[in-house]
Amino acid sequence: MPEVLLADFQVKRLEVLNEKGEADQELLPDLSDAEIWRLYELMLLARIFDERAVALQREGRIGTYPPIRGQEAAQVGSAFALAQKDWLFPSFREMGAHLTLGYPIPQLLLYWGGDERAQKVPPGLNIFPFCVAVGSQIPQAAGAALAARYRKDPVAVITYFGDGATSKGDFHEAMNLAGVFNLPLVFICQNNQWAISIPLKGQTASASLAQKAIAYGFQGVQVDGNDVFAVYRATRQAVEKARSGAGPTFIECLTYRMADHTTADDAGRYRSGEEVAFWAARDPILRLERFLEGRGLWTPQKREEAAAQAAAIVDAGVAAMEASAPPVASELFDEVLATLTPRQAGQRKVR
Amino acid sequence: MAQLNMVQAINQALSLEMARDDRVLLLGEDVGRDGGVFRVTEGLLERFGSERVLDTPLCESGIMGAAIGMAAYGLRPVPEIQFLGFTYSAFEQLFAHAARLRSRSRGRYSCPMVVRTPYGGGIKAPELHEESTEALFCQVPGLKVVVPSGPYVAKGLLLAALRDPDPVLFLEPTRLYRLLREEVPEGEYLVELGRARVARPGSSVTVVAWGSMLERVLKAVEGYDAEVLDLLTLNPFDSETIVNSVRKTGRLVIVHEAAKTCGFGAEIAATVAEEAILHLRAPILRVTAPDVPVPLAKLIDHYLPSAEQISSALDEVLQY
Repeated sequence: MPEVLLADFQVKRLEVLNEKGEADQELLPDLSDAEIWRLYELMLLARIFDERAVALQREGRIGTYPPIRGQEAAQVGSAFALAQKDWLFPSFREMGAHLTLGYPIPQLLLYWGGDERAQKVPPGLNIFPFCVAVGSQIPQAAGAALAARYRKDPVAVITYFGDGATSKGDFHEAMNLAGVFNLPLVFICQNNQWAISIPLKGQTASASLAQKAIAYGFQGVQVDGNDVFAVYRATRQAVEKARSGAGPTFIECLTYRMADHTTADDAGRYRSGEEVAFWAARDPILRLERFLEGRGLWTPQKREEAAAQAAAIVDAGVAAMEASAPPVASELFDEVLATLTPRQAGQRKVR
Repeated sequence: MAQLNMVQAINQALSLEMARDDRVLLLGEDVGRDGGVFRVTEGLLERFGSERVLDTPLCESGIMGAAIGMAAYGLRPVPEIQFLGFTYSAFEQLFAHAARLRSRSRGRYSCPMVVRTPYGGGIKAPELHEESTEALFCQVPGLKVVVPSGPYVAKGLLLAALRDPDPVLFLEPTRLYRLLREEVPEGEYLVELGRARVARPGSSVTVVAWGSMLERVLKAVEGYDAEVLDLLTLNPFDSETIVNSVRKTGRLVIVHEAAKTCGFGAEIAATVAEEAILHLRAPILRVTAPDVPVPLAKLIDHYLPSAEQISSALDEVLQY
């Protein structure tokens, strides 16, 4: 019997804005100048927040911190496409998404300073706590998507994770659940190409991460993760598709982790300066500035003003973080259970 | 009142609560069309539909993780893991997330779900189908652990667990599923979590057991003036009832089918030592499985505590 071709697949990559700041007018998302400027402000805010957080760690004012430098487009661009009612299941390196959605800066800093109270997400934001156990938030997002579908709520559920997480079982179990149940779920992979010291090729033999979705029966797309327009366009399409009941999407944002894995890491041990320089030239903020300049919207002076504004916002956040009274011992027991067990109640009394 | 076995009693509890509360959904492997491998969820797919009884792919961590997301969203999922031995691949979801979600989000999210799983030995099943590692789960703050010992308490405990605001691991002793029949009221009733039950009053020795060992203990104590406590909830466990009983009897024997080292009996023994040591007239004894992996069918009877081992422990403390 002759062999038959069972299936034939294509994996697409989306690029809108190139390194010179030139945009494909056909693919450029329908955003006003003011909205594009807002994207720029948020990316600058993410950059300045990140620089400050690293400095605070070096000064001993917060604890270990995982920098987001280089991933501003992939985070801001995707979060900008979300609605407040959507649900977000982050990992631990998407502070750019948090900032875009209005997560209070003092809380972000308090968390990385070791204060659990900071994980009490403000009302109105459906964001899950940071997830340090790599990939384990992904099935939880599938569950929220199942619940949203059951309740017939027209919301999308979004989960962020890195390239390392795509090697974990939970990623595959959740992708499979999303396919089987046709869930309103958007998987956003921040492929920054390094999981601590393991490069992408040590994580997978696949030509792309996007193609992993094909095996689960739904669409996967790779986007230029340093291109805020490509990220926004793909995410917006995916969340609209999810909200309309048309099922899940996997978006691979191919970007680069410009900094160390965390402030406790030294990336110089395992990767070359040339590689970092290659990606520095592809900086997502630089690219957007060139685009804005081409439109007559950007000057060095305007950047200074926007950066000063972002720095003032971060300054206020740092001040509020440092003015926050430390938790007291009895707070160890806060919300461990709806009602403490007799033993817990006794232990609390003597703290 | 109808005479029901534990399978029927649990099915009735699920059915009642699903009819009462549309937030209750079942999910797991084979829970729908097949009614579960022990038929505990039989008929529920037909009655409540595939939106509420979800046959999932084979993915224990995915099931547990999805249940967490559902609970946080506002539902009350009841994930079934087909056997306790298969929860091992879902430990991260249960330990790192379900048990901590309320605490680490400082109450913004909670995880009201009941993880049902058959557990325990003596059914001549394949490897990993007869585990009794209940103590592992009791080490995790934020997670409640409940073990029924018969049809009546199974129904009332499950209804209470389904209404609990926090995650509950509900361990169903497989050996008892069809072994015992009891009068079980048709309507709803609750058996409070965290309370032990005096299964048999007595005055000369306290015996604490749970799950399938209770049935064996009740046989073994015939002819002894023993007070038998059915623990029912392991975390939080009812130390008050145990300590009060030991103050009265002066002797304590703990029986569990899990391995001895770091079994839940150790926690009970330590608690009694802390709170009632001066009332003891004999050393605390534990009758347990040996510290070996749960064997296959041909050795299982040499592994599980026997009625003879239990009565010889009673003799030892009574003659001390």
